[in-house]
Amino acid sequence: MYEPASKISGTEAVFAHLMANEYEHPAVAAFKTLATDAKFDRAELTITVAAENIVAAAEAAKAAGYNFLEDVTCLDWYPSEPRFRVTYHILSHKLKSRLRLGVELGSDAASLDSITGVWPSANFYEREVFDLFGVHFNGHPNLVRIMMPEDWNGHPLRKDYPVEGYR
Amino acid sequence: MATATPIKDQITPGIDDVVADALKHGNANGGKDHTMVLNMGPQHPSTHGVLRLVIEIDGETVVALAPDIGYLHTGIEKTCEAKFFQQVVPLTDRIDYLSPMTNNLCYCLAVEKLLGLEIPERAQYMRVLLNELTRISSHLVWLGTHAMDIGALTVFLYCWREREDISRIYENVSGQRMMSSYFRIGGLSLEPPLDFFKQVQDFLNKMPAAIDQYENLLTGNPIWMSRLKGVGYLSAEDAIALGVTGPPLRASGVDWDLRRDMPYSGYEKFKFDVPVSTDGDVWARYVVRIQEMRESVKICQQALDGMPSGPIVADAPKIILPNREQMKTQMESLIHHFKIVTEGFAVPAGEVFQAVESPRGEMGYYVVSDGTAKPFRVHMRNPSFATLQALETMCKGRLIADVVSVIGSIDIVLGEIDR
Repeated sequence: MYEPASKISGTEAVFAHLMANEYEHPAVAAFKTLATDAKFDRAELTITVAAENIVAAAEAAKAAGYNFLEDVTCLDWYPSEPRFRVTYHILSHKLKSRLRLGVELGSDAASLDSITGVWPSANFYEREVFDLFGVHFNGHPNLVRIMMPEDWNGHPLRKDYPVEGYR
Repeated sequence: MATATPIKDQITPGIDDVVADALKHGNANGGKDHTMVLNMGPQHPSTHGVLRLVIEIDGETVVALAPDIGYLHTGIEKTCEAKFFQQVVPLTDRIDYLSPMTNNLCYCLAVEKLLGLEIPERAQYMRVLLNELTRISSHLVWLGTHAMDIGALTVFLYCWREREDISRIYENVSGQRMMSSYFRIGGLSLEPPLDFFKQVQDFLNKMPAAIDQYENLLTGNPIWMSRLKGVGYLSAEDAIALGVTGPPLRASGVDWDLRRDMPYSGYEKFKFDVPVSTDGDVWARYVVRIQEMRESVKICQQALDGMPSGPIVADAPKIILPNREQMKTQMESLIHHFKIVTEGFAVPAGEVFQAVESPRGEMGYYVVSDGTAKPFRVHMRNPSFATLQALETMCKGRLIADVVSVIGSIDIVLGEIDR
């Protein structure tokens, strides 16, 4: 069974754990200055960065060998603040490992820069997050709804949106 | 070797962009090089569901293309948040309805990772066996419909003949032909029936000859070759940049298969080859998938020969429902049963991303728990959703008839694109 004590949190502790091997872990070198928080839980590495640094973080991850953007999605922690957490899952074909980038956004500033300039595949994922959560991506080439009809009101995956919809 | 397309040209345009581009062409040069906007779908036999494509054409050549999706959006991710963890399993079948077992497996693995459960070896082997049968079944649907789109109707009927056998295996083991929901968090729902292994062995005995038969109908066929070869080229760089996974990625020359490179559910115990081609066209995707079916037969045979005995569920009575006999005879089991059914089981807080190699590519489940009995968030990373973004790059500058061929070759399922 899962042991909560096995979770490592905090940037310094996680980076120290990753550096325990002889070689320098590529993620540590890339995120030394960018990371605001980090977590190593269930053998998965999560690094949190500030919203304004997301494009720099994506470029740093790409330069470190994490070459394949797998997924972009969002969590809504309503009613607590910061409300949204946009997560990026990035895979490295060379290192055979995965990295999760997280960005926390308050409900009054639910916008961040688009990473379509780094990975064109972010296009549909970011449109999906915009459609279902209402998070804006600045600089996205075509930020329109993708799943819901264009004239739909509200963002269905927000926690304050009822499961059965508004009747 | 072609160089990578600039990022600006890789991005799939929106419908408005396509229409604006057509208007610009119409007004420029005194209207001499005007183009036309064609609406294909959402009800079109070659779009494999409800996919709408807005295509700008110059004569018969594709200038720009924008997919419009969402016609099948059912809000499965939202529904998951209102269910207990174990109640989500039947929902996962309905996402990619051509490979239900792969969805079940991916979700169960994600929740097992959250819980830290160890799965017995027999359950792992059964999962691998059924997953590979699912891969064959899904590839048979792809082959049949792909050939039918291009005009070879016969292949479709032969493919359905073998798919029927797999549907019967499904029915025997789970009671359902399509939406099996056979896997459970912690193992399997039932011990496989007595004649199950013989039924699978009979199928495996005849499958290689059946694949030879399909190849006999298609591989040397001049019409089939001229419709597939050199069509829908996608370079390895573009494939990675656009999020393409699975057979289309391997057909573009990237040697990457999660079953071999990041094994899950005991795949490291099986020996198989990963077919790769460097041609990057529709033909390469056809060859890769045909080879994959042959490899799947090999994996199934190994799973069948090495099938261990033992329990089919993990030893975790507070998470796994007791069987009927225990429940009727032991007080403690009855209590566990009552608790699991009425209030579910709490999953320790945390987030996991579990990816498996589905017949269409990398399927990932991102499951977040806040420590209660209902998932805080379940997100599916579906291969078809990402692969659809590469459609424009593959079709640009080609004939409109090739669009049909390319859609067939990327093997999309609209159920998992729209969710």
